[in-house]
Amino acid sequence: MAMSTVSETAEGLSLRQSRPRYGEKVIRATLALAAIVSVFTTFGIVISLLIPSIEFFLEVPITDFLFGTVWTPLFKDGEFGVLPLLSGTIVITLIAISVAIPLGLGASIYLSEYASPRVRKVLKPTLEVLAGIPTVVFGFFALEFLTQLVLIKIFPGIEVFNALSAGLIMGIMIIPTIASLSEDAMAAVPSGLRDGAYALGSTKRQTAIKVVIPAALSGIVASFVLGISRAIGETMIVTIAAGLQPQLSFNPLIGMQTMTSYIAAAGSGDLATGSIEYKSIFAVGMLLFILTFVMNIFSVRLVRRFRQAYQ
Amino acid sequence: MSQIQIHHQLTGRGTPLRDRVFMWLLFISLAIGVLTLAILLIYVTVKGWPRLDTRLFTNMPSVRDAENAGAQSAITGTIWVISFTALIALPTGVMAALHLEEFASPHSRFQRFIEVNIQNLAAVPSIVYGILGLAVFARALALGQSVITASLTLSLLVLPVIIISTREALRAVPRNIRDGSLALGATQWQTAYRQTLPAAIPGIATGTILALSRAIGEAAPLLLLGAVSFITFNPNGVLSGYTTLPIQIFNWTKESREEFQVLAAATIVVLLLILLAMNFVAIWIRNRTQKRW
Repeated sequence: MAMSTVSETAEGLSLRQSRPRYGEKVIRATLALAAIVSVFTTFGIVISLLIPSIEFFLEVPITDFLFGTVWTPLFKDGEFGVLPLLSGTIVITLIAISVAIPLGLGASIYLSEYASPRVRKVLKPTLEVLAGIPTVVFGFFALEFLTQLVLIKIFPGIEVFNALSAGLIMGIMIIPTIASLSEDAMAAVPSGLRDGAYALGSTKRQTAIKVVIPAALSGIVASFVLGISRAIGETMIVTIAAGLQPQLSFNPLIGMQTMTSYIAAAGSGDLATGSIEYKSIFAVGMLLFILTFVMNIFSVRLVRRFRQAYQ
Repeated sequence: MSQIQIHHQLTGRGTPLRDRVFMWLLFISLAIGVLTLAILLIYVTVKGWPRLDTRLFTNMPSVRDAENAGAQSAITGTIWVISFTALIALPTGVMAALHLEEFASPHSRFQRFIEVNIQNLAAVPSIVYGILGLAVFARALALGQSVITASLTLSLLVLPVIIISTREALRAVPRNIRDGSLALGATQWQTAYRQTLPAAIPGIATGTILALSRAIGEAAPLLLLGAVSFITFNPNGVLSGYTTLPIQIFNWTKESREEFQVLAAATIVVLLLILLAMNFVAIWIRNRTQKRW
């Protein structure tokens, strides 16, 4: 007490901290801990995938897994060739992105370059509603409406569970992802570039195609990559509408199993913890995680490069 | 060149046909998404209409007796799971965002690592979170196929969304409010807790509600966490078994009889109404409290 009076009288009002604030330090440490939960989550995912995967690959050679063409995990001497699941994933993803990329890009150009503020104010939230529909609802819609009321009339030979309906509806589901990210990218293009194009006599279409899209390209590509990664990781639509039959085929009219729908189907059964079938869930999960992870890193990089370009 | 000729050249010849076609193509690509949404909503409402009655709320699910089946345990299960998800994810997410936005030095390498990590987590497929929940919560921690396993897993799933939206809300609070508080002698935590956080609450609330509505509709990770077995009772504790609305819908879509598809559609309408109500609350908060600094 006496000391502090002395220092105050000596220097006038001290600006130094009056006392160490232990409470403040505890709070800061707690907040930092909460932020580190996300790091733990990533480690948790990697470790919980890695350990059973390693055990799996001790029993099934990794080359048999990656290049095998037969996936029959529940048979007595089951085979674990992942190619049928991979081809199912690829077929459905290709259908989905060939719907989502043109429609999502078109929608984003319309919203960013053409729509009046009033139209935007109505249409943008509507797209957000589309993004908020649970995927189980899309799956139901793909199976009950698209397959049984529409596709069966166009392709009489189509199976009840088929890749086409799942892919088409998944494409519709991904439109908002692509549209809103691409639109952000286009909105960030400086209006000076557009004005320059108009001043040279370009029409709106020419400006959009030759100026705005090239200027926003890395952001647009990032939205495509994110859309593809969502298609690869989507589970419920394929589980409900595409069936559970692993097929190494590129015919979209038949049922297919994807990596995700295998995990969902096998994981929802009551598999014994140590069994090879149980471990196969993690091996497929690992492959899925690596694929989507690489794509996400790629898209984050693209977005960062794009942000730097216009700052 | 006479003046009239110049004027003529500068006014052009109206919008070329190619440009009009282009604009219509763009509009159609937007319209297809909107139209599909409309068809979906009308289809499930019409299909589910015959079963949209109180039986849905008073009766328990069944795969045999379509006439008397309801979704009560799925509704209560959803409420249980989402309540605990909110209790876990909201404080953790807000604290993490406060750390990243208000305390951590923005240039440290570790900070950047955490940021990239959160961005990546936001895009990890939800079924992978199911695998994490199965391996860690259900089996390693032996929490089994319970409400708390589901809530913990869904919390991790929505955490990146809550952190990202909370950070945006905090960033929107102007610098000079913090400076004023610090200049008056408040500590950094006092500033964050008494000034920045209250000012950001509308933004945080909106982001959290949207994150939770994503969790409500989520089914994939719960498939791995035991929600698939038929549950005909309401949860009575955090270690109780459970089912949720999306899972119940999924179970009925697997049944071949048409009555169960009608039930699934009716349950979808209930689920969509819950989500719609949550979205309205979020928009209402956003509009009511929108502040211009």
